[in-house]
Amino acid sequence: MIGLEHYLVVSAALFSLGVLGLLTRRNAVNVLMSIELILNSANVNLVAFSRFAAGNLGGQIFAVFGIVVAAAEVAVGLAIVLTLYRLRRTPNLDEADILKG
Amino acid sequence: MSAEAFVFWVFAIVTVGSAAVVVLSRTLIYSAFALLFTFFGVAGLYVLLGADFLAATQLLIYVGGILVLLLFGVMLTHKIYDLDLRTETTQLAPGLIVAVGLFVILSATAVRTSWMSTPRAPAPTTAEVGRLFLGTYLLPFEAASVLLLVALLGAAMIVRRRRDA
Repeated sequence: MIGLEHYLVVSAALFSLGVLGLLTRRNAVNVLMSIELILNSANVNLVAFSRFAAGNLGGQIFAVFGIVVAAAEVAVGLAIVLTLYRLRRTPNLDEADILKG
Repeated sequence: MSAEAFVFWVFAIVTVGSAAVVVLSRTLIYSAFALLFTFFGVAGLYVLLGADFLAATQLLIYVGGILVLLLFGVMLTHKIYDLDLRTETTQLAPGLIVAVGLFVILSATAVRTSWMSTPRAPAPTTAEVGRLFLGTYLLPFEAASVLLLVALLGAAMIVRRRRDA
């Protein structure tokens, strides 16, 4: 019988993989992909709680807002990455140190 | 093993496995295509959870929108003859420690807690979701549309090429 815990563990795995990518990748687009993994794991959690614990659809509504925020985030994030690439000719985050004193 | 459990494990393995490829692959374009399978897997999990509207939204927005945008990002930040598109990793050991520790703590919490459970039978949700959006959650719904508009304008503003530059 598949219960709430199964979905929570899958979501925890997604979240941890996202954090791993966030911490270890140098490429900015790859970091954005990792952020998408993290947002997806949060959405899975919300929908699982909505199905197994809450008894109403609030979690699904919140997941839709999560998707909206993800779309806005990736649009602005990519705009920043493209501007950075135009400025410095590199997609790597650790070479974007213009503000370093 | 029931049919539901079998389908769940298939989707769980697809989701987590392709997420691992996204994070660990050294070729950027493989990461982007693995992300496609992660999004499909999550949509499958939504279907299993009885969230049919959300599964369709996931496919339309993530696969149709966000993934295409990310692919544009991959293509625009690399030279076109740069075929293998390698990316390196930094700080692999500390990152692994943090990620594995997080996973152990989170899944231990999820498994050991006895969750208050009132399961609902899966039913079509689209009508009810629409009613909630235009009723109880009307203000957040409008705020979300304004947020999307601002993000759209902001993104266009940021990437605009200035005349004097």
